[in-house]
Amino acid sequence: MKSLLKILVAAAALGLVPTLAVAQSSPAAQPTPTAAEQAQLPAAPTGEAAAPEAANDDAPATAKAVPFPPAKPVEGVGQPRFEKHWFQPQVTDIGKEGLWFHDIILMPIITIISFFVLGLMLWVMFRYRRARNPEPSRTTHNTFIEVIWTVIPVIILVAIALPSIDLLRAQYSPPRADLTVKAIGNQWFWTYQYPDNGDFELVSNMLPAEEDAKRGEPRLLGVDERMVVPAGATVKMIVTSNDVVHSWGIPSFWVKMDAVPGRLNETWFKVDQPGLYYGQCYELCGARHGFMPIAVEVVPPAQFAAWVASKGGTMTGAKPAAAAAETATAPAEATVTPASAPAPESKAH
Amino acid sequence: MTDTTAHAFEATGGHAHHADADHKPGFFARWFMSTNHKDIGTLYLLFAITAGIIGGTISGLMRLELAEPGIQYLQAWAGGNEDQAYHLWNVFITAHGLIMVFFMVMPAMIGGFGNWFVPLMIGSPDMAFPRMNNISFWLLVPSFMLLLGSQFVPGGTGNGAGVGWTVYPPLSTSGSPGPAVDMAIFSLHLAGASSILGAINFITTIFNMRAPGMTLHKMPLFVWSILVTAFLLLLALPVLAGAITMLLTDRNFGTAFFDATNGGDPLLYQHLFWFFGHPEVYIMILPGFGMVSQVVATFSRKPIFGYLGMAYAMVAIGVIGFVVWAHHMFLVGLDFNTKMYFTAATMVIAVPTGIKIFSWIATMWGGSLSFKTPMMWALGFIFMFTVGGVTGVVLANGGIDNNVHDTYYVVAHFHYVLSLGAVFSLFAGWSYWFPKMFGKLQSELLGQLHFWLFFIGVNIVFFPMHFLGMEGMQRRVPDYNDAFGDWNTIASSGFILVLAGMACFFANIIYALVAGKKAPDNPWGEGARTLEWTLSSPPPFHQYETLPRVD
Repeated sequence: MKSLLKILVAAAALGLVPTLAVAQSSPAAQPTPTAAEQAQLPAAPTGEAAAPEAANDDAPATAKAVPFPPAKPVEGVGQPRFEKHWFQPQVTDIGKEGLWFHDIILMPIITIISFFVLGLMLWVMFRYRRARNPEPSRTTHNTFIEVIWTVIPVIILVAIALPSIDLLRAQYSPPRADLTVKAIGNQWFWTYQYPDNGDFELVSNMLPAEEDAKRGEPRLLGVDERMVVPAGATVKMIVTSNDVVHSWGIPSFWVKMDAVPGRLNETWFKVDQPGLYYGQCYELCGARHGFMPIAVEVVPPAQFAAWVASKGGTMTGAKPAAAAAETATAPAEATVTPASAPAPESKAH
Repeated sequence: MTDTTAHAFEATGGHAHHADADHKPGFFARWFMSTNHKDIGTLYLLFAITAGIIGGTISGLMRLELAEPGIQYLQAWAGGNEDQAYHLWNVFITAHGLIMVFFMVMPAMIGGFGNWFVPLMIGSPDMAFPRMNNISFWLLVPSFMLLLGSQFVPGGTGNGAGVGWTVYPPLSTSGSPGPAVDMAIFSLHLAGASSILGAINFITTIFNMRAPGMTLHKMPLFVWSILVTAFLLLLALPVLAGAITMLLTDRNFGTAFFDATNGGDPLLYQHLFWFFGHPEVYIMILPGFGMVSQVVATFSRKPIFGYLGMAYAMVAIGVIGFVVWAHHMFLVGLDFNTKMYFTAATMVIAVPTGIKIFSWIATMWGGSLSFKTPMMWALGFIFMFTVGGVTGVVLANGGIDNNVHDTYYVVAHFHYVLSLGAVFSLFAGWSYWFPKMFGKLQSELLGQLHFWLFFIGVNIVFFPMHFLGMEGMQRRVPDYNDAFGDWNTIASSGFILVLAGMACFFANIIYALVAGKKAPDNPWGEGARTLEWTLSSPPPFHQYETLPRVD
């Protein structure tokens, strides 16, 4: 009990330490080189992110305006897997830390405890069965052992609490945001707003099963309008709801946040690896609670700029990564009005 | 003091004619106007079994639908369009949760075994307020009717209340027009009133009607567990009553407690609900701790190891249980310090729980163990509760909870502590006390069969859910991505074993009542040392004409 209090105090102190840029390695600098690299070969990342056949006839009508073919889902990444059932492969640093904490700290501890209890029980059942031990002892107290089995669990819990608080602190210490996206829950679909990019809005509905099959998307997870974000950018998510409580969650990001009407909840993620990542609504929200999936497509920054332009949005000049990408690829800079918007972060406050 | 009170109630609890202990009133007066704690306990148990059949049937329907990806049966059951089918699913999960919590586990543990054995164990002739005891039970019946009835009236997208047992607004307010949710709320009001009355009765009985010499520190642990539970009920349920009353006025009278568009806060409801809801989960498990303690001591032929530690561990669990509620709300947008506090406080509960687990093992250590049916259930309880407990420690970590919140991992966790914890302890209590309550011995063979089928079955049903949850399958959905198909099919197949186990349970009751051997006063031998075993089986209609003396 005392030790736990100490931890609380220590952790509270840690929380006060300025933590900007602790969780992520060089958050501001990283996107730039990545973007520059990709900008030099505008076609190559597209080919990597999407299978070659992505470009042909199955491109849906809604995606006509998109200047690049939509990414194809990749088996085993960003979606539930058939062959193995554990946490999905994590693509964010937070997710990797969370998975490490679970797999390296928690799982061994709880497995050992469970088997320790099971072992003790089996031993007792074998050794003290009536046939072997007809005369029971009358021992009912042993202060020493009682202290032991109080203190050791406390020590174990402290050992769990320390990395647990580290993980929490990392989750609550986002790097400076490169982009803000607002996810709004509705019965029963998500809408996404891009306040940094001209405030355009997407309505994201689940695809019918036939359409999923046609496009090669996993059933119940495909959507007509994906949320698109640039790779390597810290994305600040503002999550809220228009009607009932929903929850915006992506298992491969280790991110989940309730969408509560009247509240702007904030969370964040940063994914370096372009790809397609699926999530779902995680809070009971009525009849079609199970049928309002989330699909986040992470694309190279250059593609992101093109995508924004295709949605009628604008790229702000406040973001070096995107700016670099724009000058290099130049699909739509003519419409860009860099000075019009303030830095992304100040917008959400 | 204790002495005179007990005598006074013996007089009023009896019947006008004479003091004949075994004079029973006529059928209607005995079962519908009962003031006898044993009869009311039996009524509670019958009620819980009935509710358990209904709640269990619903879980069977759900496992059937979930056995394969896609919607197979729901539309046919709903008899309507797709949205009505999906709504029916939400009605199922709501009904299953509410029925199992309020109409199966609680009535069985507290109303059933508590009523039956608290007076017997403390050497009291009856409960302190026999008529209040009766109204406690009879409030449950209309309450259950309201809940069942709600399924046949409009509740939004389809018939019935499809809001989950947590009844979160705005889904339960603006999101569910129609009378179904109002009926469900009234149902909770009645069930809550019933439990509060019961709690008052137990606290009064345990404090005032113990036999001479039965100090608090000599009470059997089952009585301790009911005492702590009664306090939790008394403190938690009024908060629920307030919260759902606010829901009701939000729904019907234009108030805006939880309506963000008018300055209310949907999260206020969640805080109020879980301030009740978390103690509620201990309400469902503490009496189980008590029963398991009695059973383990009996079949080890050894007094409980670390009795005081056991008793005060339950008190500690009860107290800490009131200050951890927001771990159910880790994703609502709590700030860092709040989340860290609730992470730490939640993990602290593992300490008294660990004390209990190890004390049970230490009780068996050096004992002379026999593995009769009740002991098997108790052993199963100890291990399964440990498994459910360690996943609880995982979930307590706010940072981990991010990825498993509202997934099947949580479903697996709470079914390990409830369906394999609380329910195992109920079966332990049932098989332990059946001879005492009904005067007949159950079949040991059917009992063991029941245990093994149920034990293997529920593990097959619930263990795969951990994997499903880690992979990201969300709770409360009738359909899922095809990748989740394999474990869901396996989970559903386990339900067949559970059904077979339950068939043994009912067969055993019928066998015992029809052909069972007459039970001796104490069928379990020298390990059974509590006062109820000094009485005949079944006990006389009014027991302890002369109060027992405990030294």
